[in-house]
Amino acid sequence: MVRLGDDALVLGQRLCQWITRAPTIDEDLALSNIALDLIGHARVLYTRAGQLDGSGRCEDDFAYTRSAREFTNTLLAELPNGDFAVTVARQLVYTHYAVLYYESLARCADPGLAAFGARAAKEVAFHRMHADRWTVTLGRGTGESARRMQQGLDRVWPYAAELFEEDEVLARLAVRDVVLSPAVLRETWLGGVSGVVTEAGLAVPAPAWSASGGRSGLHSEEFGPLIAELQSVRREFPGGTW
Amino acid sequence: MSGPAPATVRRSAGEVRERVAALPDPELPVISLGDLGVVGSVAPGVDGVLEVEIMPTYLGCPALGEITAAVRDVLRACGHPEGRVRQVLSPPWTTDRITPEGRRRLAAHGIAPPVSPAPTGPVPVELGAVPCPRCGSRATRPHAPFGPSRCQSVLWCAGCREPFPYLTAL
Repeated sequence: MVRLGDDALVLGQRLCQWITRAPTIDEDLALSNIALDLIGHARVLYTRAGQLDGSGRCEDDFAYTRSAREFTNTLLAELPNGDFAVTVARQLVYTHYAVLYYESLARCADPGLAAFGARAAKEVAFHRMHADRWTVTLGRGTGESARRMQQGLDRVWPYAAELFEEDEVLARLAVRDVVLSPAVLRETWLGGVSGVVTEAGLAVPAPAWSASGGRSGLHSEEFGPLIAELQSVRREFPGGTW
Repeated sequence: MSGPAPATVRRSAGEVRERVAALPDPELPVISLGDLGVVGSVAPGVDGVLEVEIMPTYLGCPALGEITAAVRDVLRACGHPEGRVRQVLSPPWTTDRITPEGRRRLAAHGIAPPVSPAPTGPVPVELGAVPCPRCGSRATRPHAPFGPSRCQSVLWCAGCREPFPYLTAL
């Protein structure tokens, strides 16, 4: 739960960095609205995690008092924005995965988590539509936009594998039928994103390597400044509430 | 000589519900929380404390904090200072919960109400499915999927050549 919350919060924070810098004002609104949804998802997941693990931690404790090493988001979520095509590619990879995974959560045994999954899957489906449209628009646009969209896909693709990694924790939960292991969703995910990439007239990358480490707290160099920015207000005003 | 301030009358759950339902939505003040369909049950919890259920329209809705504060004010004014506000995700809020009066008020204020029944999941509206709230023309098409607030998108009307907000069906 904390992992999913971390993915949503960190990606939301990354998208916030587009505000006032997006290509058009419509896009500024789109990316900030998507970020808002993701931060909303993180809040629900953190709150539920704090209730279930018995620690009594609240959403703010998870977001603001953990060190970078304690975050378990995938490296995909923290990947720098790059140019707009890199952001679109990252959204494409994430949204296709998140819709599938949240839909599977909607069928899990915990009623709170199931209600969240059903709700969040619908919201991310709207984000997926946005990513699909941009992928096709850029892919079928000018030679330059197609070239950059392809570069974006090539840049992001090695980070997709981590979303479906199954470690000991996930394997244990899957065996006990608590939640589905994301590993089983990989083929469906690949079918979905490949369809969009093909429709955009682009090539599905075949990466030579796969990023890993985020789930166990090993992050990229760019992660420290991102978390520092996220936690800066709380550090300046310890104990402050919103 | 004045005695202690008179205690606020402790109003019934039904009266509290009525007052909460009459609160304006912070982002769409033309419509009340009741007409938006976000007020769930208002009833005492297991410990006897009055609980007001609020169903968020979107999980990251920035108006949730303001709504919660406004509901707390109502609870205090109704003699339930210890009352609680609870967010509930099940059953989920959908645009089908908006009342006919709510739809009428949205349209009267230039916001196209959601096309009902809501499709499964937020999907783009079809060409011409949403009449323009200004001129009634059906020659409208999607313009931007994200509008002035999270629950609105923007459509464009070929009749009056103006964009207009649409409350996205969910």
